[in-house]
Amino acid sequence: MKLKITRDALVPFASVLVALAIGAILIAAQGHSPVQTYHVLIVRGFESTAGLQATLSKAGILIMSGLAITVGLRAGLFNIGAQGQVLSGALAATYIGYRIHGLPMYIHIPVALAFGALCGALVGGFAGLLKATRGVHEVISTIMLNSIMAAIVDYLTQNQFRLKSQPNTRTPDMLHSARLPHIFGYPTGFVLAVLLAIFVSWVFKKTTTGFELETVGRNRSAAWYAGISVKKSIVLGMLLSGAIAGLTGGLFSSETTGYFVPTFYGGIGFDGITIALLGRANPIAIIPGAILIGGMRSAQSAIQFEAGVSPDLINLLLALVLFFATAPFLAKLIRSNSKSITTTSGWGS
Amino acid sequence: MDTLLNISNLSKSFPGVKANDDISLHVNKGEIVALLGENGAGKSTLVKAVFGLVRPDSGTITIKGESIAYGDTAAAISHGVGMVHQHFQLVPVMTVTENIILGDEPHKGMFLSMKAARQEVIELSKRHGLEVDPDSVVEDLPVGIQQRIEILKALRKDIDLLILDEPTAVLTPQEIDELLEVMRNLAASGVGVLFITHKLREVMAVADRVVVLRNGKLVGATTPSETDEEGLAQMMVGRNVVLQVDKGPAKAGEVVLSVENMTVKDSRGHEAVTNFSLELHAGEILGIAGVEGNGQRELVEAICGMRHRTTGTVKVAGVVAPDMDPRQVHLMGVSHIPEDREKDGLVASYSIADNLILNQFNLKPYATKGIRDFKVRDAYAEKLVEEFDIRTPSFENLASSLSGGNKQKVVVARELTQDLKVVVAAQPTRGVDVGSIEFIHNQLVSARDTGAGVLLVSAELDEILSLSDRIAVMFGGKIVAILPGEGADRQYIGRLMAGLTE
Ligand SMILES: Nc1ncnc2c1ncn2[C@@H]1O[C@H](COP(=O)(O)OP(=O)(O)O)[C@@H](O)[C@H]1O
Ligand SMILES: [Mg+2]
Repeated sequence: MKLKITRDALVPFASVLVALAIGAILIAAQGHSPVQTYHVLIVRGFESTAGLQATLSKAGILIMSGLAITVGLRAGLFNIGAQGQVLSGALAATYIGYRIHGLPMYIHIPVALAFGALCGALVGGFAGLLKATRGVHEVISTIMLNSIMAAIVDYLTQNQFRLKSQPNTRTPDMLHSARLPHIFGYPTGFVLAVLLAIFVSWVFKKTTTGFELETVGRNRSAAWYAGISVKKSIVLGMLLSGAIAGLTGGLFSSETTGYFVPTFYGGIGFDGITIALLGRANPIAIIPGAILIGGMRSAQSAIQFEAGVSPDLINLLLALVLFFATAPFLAKLIRSNSKSITTTSGWGS
Repeated sequence: MDTLLNISNLSKSFPGVKANDDISLHVNKGEIVALLGENGAGKSTLVKAVFGLVRPDSGTITIKGESIAYGDTAAAISHGVGMVHQHFQLVPVMTVTENIILGDEPHKGMFLSMKAARQEVIELSKRHGLEVDPDSVVEDLPVGIQQRIEILKALRKDIDLLILDEPTAVLTPQEIDELLEVMRNLAASGVGVLFITHKLREVMAVADRVVVLRNGKLVGATTPSETDEEGLAQMMVGRNVVLQVDKGPAKAGEVVLSVENMTVKDSRGHEAVTNFSLELHAGEILGIAGVEGNGQRELVEAICGMRHRTTGTVKVAGVVAPDMDPRQVHLMGVSHIPEDREKDGLVASYSIADNLILNQFNLKPYATKGIRDFKVRDAYAEKLVEEFDIRTPSFENLASSLSGGNKQKVVVARELTQDLKVVVAAQPTRGVDVGSIEFIHNQLVSARDTGAGVLLVSAELDEILSLSDRIAVMFGGKIVAILPGEGADRQYIGRLMAGLTE
């Protein structure tokens, strides 16, 4: 299909502009200068080298978690549970990172990340299995799995995996050989995330597996009619979504934190939902949204110090963007998935 | 003569189509006027304008000499217009009584009086000779009865004009005859009837006058005595149409499909097909006649591997076909034109090209080692669009952009172009216009002539009669009779379809 600028594609841009406009009114109402605030936002988020580095690091994580949600959405699955998968992947990768000694970097990092992805895949795949075999809706099961995973990682961090010499609850530090290096100060994770986005896009465009997942996502009965195993695709979709979420957690540990504390991973999985919906579940289209939000996040504290505006402004802006950008899309998604009560249908038209 | 309804110079455009173009027609008191036309000709739009559901762009509508404002349903109703819609407007989880009184409920003080309502429904049904059980829940009833409820609903208020939009599409021959009788009785009592249909036989049987629409324009008016079915078809399509399928005698060969003692449950877990056996030969069309809901859907899905068989086996050319594996059954040479093309046969948001290879996308040459080849797909799509006369600007357009007939051509093109032993065609021409019906019928006959066995499942008795070499009548999940197609008696088959043995 050719790239067309449709009304659908304009919605995210328009919503960002509207959000910034509303934000400007609020800033002015508080007696600050919107121009100065947005100037700080641009300089600290994108123009200064340190700001750009922080932005891209955050953007890489956001792209990855956005991809996790995107893969699910394309297969018709709403993986609300990315958060739990991120946590399990992060802890798993951290564990491999501090526990196994003597590996060279080029083996240690992939093994740690792969183990993170595996654990995320297990959690996601379990929800997929529940849906395929017992008909449990993934939104319900993944919400519950979020709580379960949060409790499990908490327990492990407080007991088996705890660094005893520290008063606060945390794991030991990952070894240097498991830490993703920066290239001239720029995060490698961002590059990996973009490559992964290109790969996911290719899978859905060119491979039969991607076509199967997408067909199941768009019309389950037609997929079954066409000989596609719907159950297999549901499990596979959740498995892949979970794997990417787990990888996201591992990447965050390896690149940013270096050790595991449950609260570090705050909203990564949920931010992924925002990013994926903003990019209309298109693996490439989520990249600009992730960079924008990454930039806003990394300029958050500078706004307070340099423009005197509360950092909550950023949260407000993001909420507004989400609201305007995704409300119609979400409504469409929910409408097409729910069996509303309709009057009996007649025949043809 | 009393003119009841008068439409003059009515026009209505939708984005991109002129659905009604300067149409004038009238209906007299006590007269049955048939409104005939292909799918998309603008029939529903016209009657909806009369009923106030569509706002015309220009033109006037008068009822008993009084002009009716655009888009005013309440005015239409108060002027005595009743309408039965093409798409049923019933609430499936409510009872017959509740559905009929909906919108104008009898009440005692501020409370609903179900007793009075029930009594009213019983009397209404007696008065018009349309029998219904007032307490049944609508979703449990066959479509034929649902149709009756719709008609009772329209007749509940005293009406002068009854509009019926394709009321017979899902009825058995007996039910159709009953309905035609109801229409005659109403007309005799002075009600004007405006009756939309595709079926020429009904027009010939009941109409006093016939008005034909094509592409939104009124292209002719006639009476049944001045013309015949061929003549009506020609007016509808604008060219000569051969209604009778041109086919030579069948050269039946080996058994290509055999079903032995098969039992299948429907989605609610009730037995829908019971201990069913059947043999289909190469080079023949075996028609399965029956009122919808007698297990045809489950039969077809079980044969094609889409639905679990509780017992029994299916063999394709002597080889046992797997249960619940549509891909494997398809690879064995069974192609399947599904009954519900929107739900099963197409992915609306995929291109026409992807839909044309929907069950072969993973096979060579469309994919190699899991990587798809779009050049091959596009070349194939281009060829099929041409060969099957699928009307579209490009095979890259979405399937959802096609009209019903062209959607069905996509399915037929996909299913009949493959290397096949068995064709299972379920309701292959439902909701499809006359021109496309002719085309699809010819395709099925030529599949037969190239040696495939064709299992044709249809609720349309005329379709079964004109295509089948043998006819099996299905009732209550079983075959109740198998007859030769040659010289089959439609009255007799109609009785069998209704479950009567004598
Ligand atoms: N609500 C609508 N919006 C846009 N187009 C419509 C609408 N209703 C009908 N049409 C179009 O108007 C034409 C006539 O439709 P309709 O009156 O339903 O035909 P018929 O009942 O004869 O099959 C068709 O091309 C159809 O697609
Ligand atoms: Mg119509």
